[in-house]
Amino acid sequence: MASLVDALLILVFVLDIFLLGTSRIGSVIRTVAWQGVLLGLLPVLVRTHLDAEAVAVGLVTVGLKGVVIPRMLERSVRAVSIRREVEPFVGFGTSILLGGLGAALALAFTRTLPLLPGEADHLIVPASLATVITGFILLTTRRKAINQVVGYLVLENGIFIFGLLLLEPVPLLVEAGVLLDLVVAIFVMGIMLDKIRREFSSIDTRKLSALREE
Amino acid sequence: MAAILLVLPVAAAIAAWLMRSNDARPLLLPAVALAHTGLTAALLCGAVAIPDHDWLWLDWLWLDPPGRLVLGLVSVLFLACAVYAVGYLRFRRERDNRVFVTCLAALLAALTLAILARHVGVMWVAIEASALAGAPLIYFNQSARSIEATWKYLLVGSVGVAIALLGTFFLAYAAVKAGAETRLRFDDLTAVAPQLSTPWLKAAFVLLLVGYGTKMGLAPMHTWKPDAYGEAPGLAGAIFAGGVTSVAFLAILRVLRVCHAAGLGPFATHLLVVLGLLSMAIAGGLMVGQQDFKRMLAYSSVEHMGILALGVGIGGLATFGALLHLLCNGLTKGVLFLSAANIHRAYGSKLTGEGPGAVRGALRALPLSGGLFLAGFFAITGAPPFGPFISELTIARATFAGGHGVVGGLFLLFLMVVFVGMGSTVLKVTLGEGPTRAATWRDGLAGSASIVALLALVVLLGVWIPAPLEALLRETVVWLEGGR
Repeated sequence: MASLVDALLILVFVLDIFLLGTSRIGSVIRTVAWQGVLLGLLPVLVRTHLDAEAVAVGLVTVGLKGVVIPRMLERSVRAVSIRREVEPFVGFGTSILLGGLGAALALAFTRTLPLLPGEADHLIVPASLATVITGFILLTTRRKAINQVVGYLVLENGIFIFGLLLLEPVPLLVEAGVLLDLVVAIFVMGIMLDKIRREFSSIDTRKLSALREE
Repeated sequence: MAAILLVLPVAAAIAAWLMRSNDARPLLLPAVALAHTGLTAALLCGAVAIPDHDWLWLDWLWLDPPGRLVLGLVSVLFLACAVYAVGYLRFRRERDNRVFVTCLAALLAALTLAILARHVGVMWVAIEASALAGAPLIYFNQSARSIEATWKYLLVGSVGVAIALLGTFFLAYAAVKAGAETRLRFDDLTAVAPQLSTPWLKAAFVLLLVGYGTKMGLAPMHTWKPDAYGEAPGLAGAIFAGGVTSVAFLAILRVLRVCHAAGLGPFATHLLVVLGLLSMAIAGGLMVGQQDFKRMLAYSSVEHMGILALGVGIGGLATFGALLHLLCNGLTKGVLFLSAANIHRAYGSKLTGEGPGAVRGALRALPLSGGLFLAGFFAITGAPPFGPFISELTIARATFAGGHGVVGGLFLLFLMVVFVGMGSTVLKVTLGEGPTRAATWRDGLAGSASIVALLALVVLLGVWIPAPLEALLRETVVWLEGGR
C-alpha cells in the first residue's frame, strides 16, 4: 500500500502545481474537488488493515471536500461574470516556480525532522508541507476573492495530509469538529463573497482597499 | 455542572435564532450572561467542581488555574456587554438583530469551550468556532467598509487558525513519536514533556504561537485588527479585545507550559519577548497621529497583547504581572470600546482632526461617556490608581530585576510613545470646543451603567488585589513555570 499512497500524494502535488498555473476559475474549483477526492482515499490506504474509522473519515472527506464545498464555491461564483483570474499579483509561471521551490524546501525540512521508522520513507510530511505552501502562494498572489478561498482550502488540505500520521491518537469527535469548522468557514466565506459581489459588483479584492493607514 | 456552562449559551443561541420578536430578543443576552456569571462564580469559589470522570466526553473538560482567570474575565466582560447590548440594540431597532444576538451567544459558548478544553484538539475546534461566530458581528453595519473588514478578518483569521491546527498536529506527533500512551490532553502532554521530540515540539510551538498569535493580534500578524475593531460595533470590539484575545493567550500559555516542562523554556520565552516588543513598537508607531479613535483602540490592543507576551516571556514576577494585566487589560478594553461606541454614535463619526463632522469636545457634549473614555485612556496607559498601573509596574520591575535592562528600557520607551500617541487623539476627542447640540443619542443609564461597573473593577484592581485572586495568580505562575 505504501507505494500507492506515495503515488496518490504525488498526484496531489501535481494538482497543486496545476492550481498554481491555471487561470480559469471553473477548472480551479474542479481541480480542488479532485484533490479532495484523492485525500478521501488516503485514510483508508495508509492503514495496514481496513477499519471502520478510517473508512468513515475517508467517506466524509470525499463528501465534504470533493462534493459539498466545491458545490458551495461553484454556487457563489455562478453569479459573477468573471470566469478567470486575469492578472494575479504574481504571474502564473512565477507561482509554479515558487510552488516547486516550496516543494524543495518541504523535502529539505522533512530531512531535518525525526520521523518514526516506516513513516520516514513516506512522502506524507513533504507532500503535506508542499501543499500548505501552495495554499499560501494562492492566498497571497491571487486577486479574486474566490481564489483566496481556494487557497485556504488547499492550505487545509495540506494540513489534512499531515493528519494522516495521527489517525489513531486523535479521537473521532475531534476530527469531526475540525471538518465541521472547515465547512462552516467556507460557508461563511461564501456568504461574504456574495456580499462583496453585491456591494462592489465584482469579487476583485483590489476593490477592498478603503481601510488602511494614510 | 461544567456542561451547563456550555449548554446554556448554546441554548441561548438557538433560542435567539428561533425567536421572532426583534425587540425581545436582545433580552436573552443579559439573561444568559447572568446565569453564566453565576455559575462561573460558583465554579471559581469551589462550590461546584469540574468532574474528572471518564464517561462521555467530560474528561475533555477541566479548569486549570489560568482557565479560572480567563473564565472569570470573559464572564464578567460578557455580562457588561450583554447589558449594554440591550440599550444598543434598542437604539438600532430598525436593524434585524437575529444574526447578531445568535452569534454573540454562540461566541460565548465557543469561548467557554475553549477555556474548559483539556484536549489540544478540542481547544482548536473551539477557537476556530469563536473566530467564525465573530465574523457576523463585524459585519453588523452591512456597509462596504464592514464587508472589507469582515473579509480580511475571515481570511487572515482562518489562515492563522489553520496554522495553529498544523501546530496542534505537530504537537500530537511529538507525543506519538515519544511513544507515550497519551490522549493529547494538556496535562498528559506536560507529564510526558521531557520525552517529547525536541524538533517537533519547537516547530509546534512556533506554529501555535503564530496561529493563536494571529487571533491575539500580536504583530506582525495583527493586520486584520484595526479594520475589524474599527468597523465592528463597540460592544463586539470589547468582547474581541477583552475576551477573544485573552482566550487565544490562554491557548499559548497552555502550550508554553508544555515547553517549560520539556526544558524548552528559554527557546519559547525568547520568541515571546521578541514578538512582544515588536507588537509594542508597531502599535506605538501606528498610534501616533491616528485620526480614527476606534482604530486607535485596536492598536492599543496590539500593544497590550505585546505586554502580555513580554511578561510571560520574562517569567517569574513578570508572569505574575502579565496575568494580572490580562484581567486589567480585558476590563479596561471594555470601558474604552463601550464608551468609544457611545461617542461614535452621538457624533456619527469616529474621526478626529479638522473639518466639519470631526469629533471634538466629547466631555461637554457627553459628560459621562466622554469622562469614562478619558478615564479608560488613563487606565490603559498605566496611570495610577487604575489596575494596569500595578500590572505594568510589576512587569517593568521584574524585567529590570531579572537583568534584562535593554528589554526593560524598550518596554518603558514604548509605553511612553503609546501614551503620547494615544493621548493626542484622546484629548482631541474629549477636550476642546465641541458641539453642544442635542445629539440623536444621549448618555443614559442603559449605555453607561455597565461601563461604570467595569471601570470600578479596574480601579479596584489598582488599589486592592483580593487575597484569593493573588493566591490564584501565584498558583498560575507555579503551574506555568513549574516553580522555576
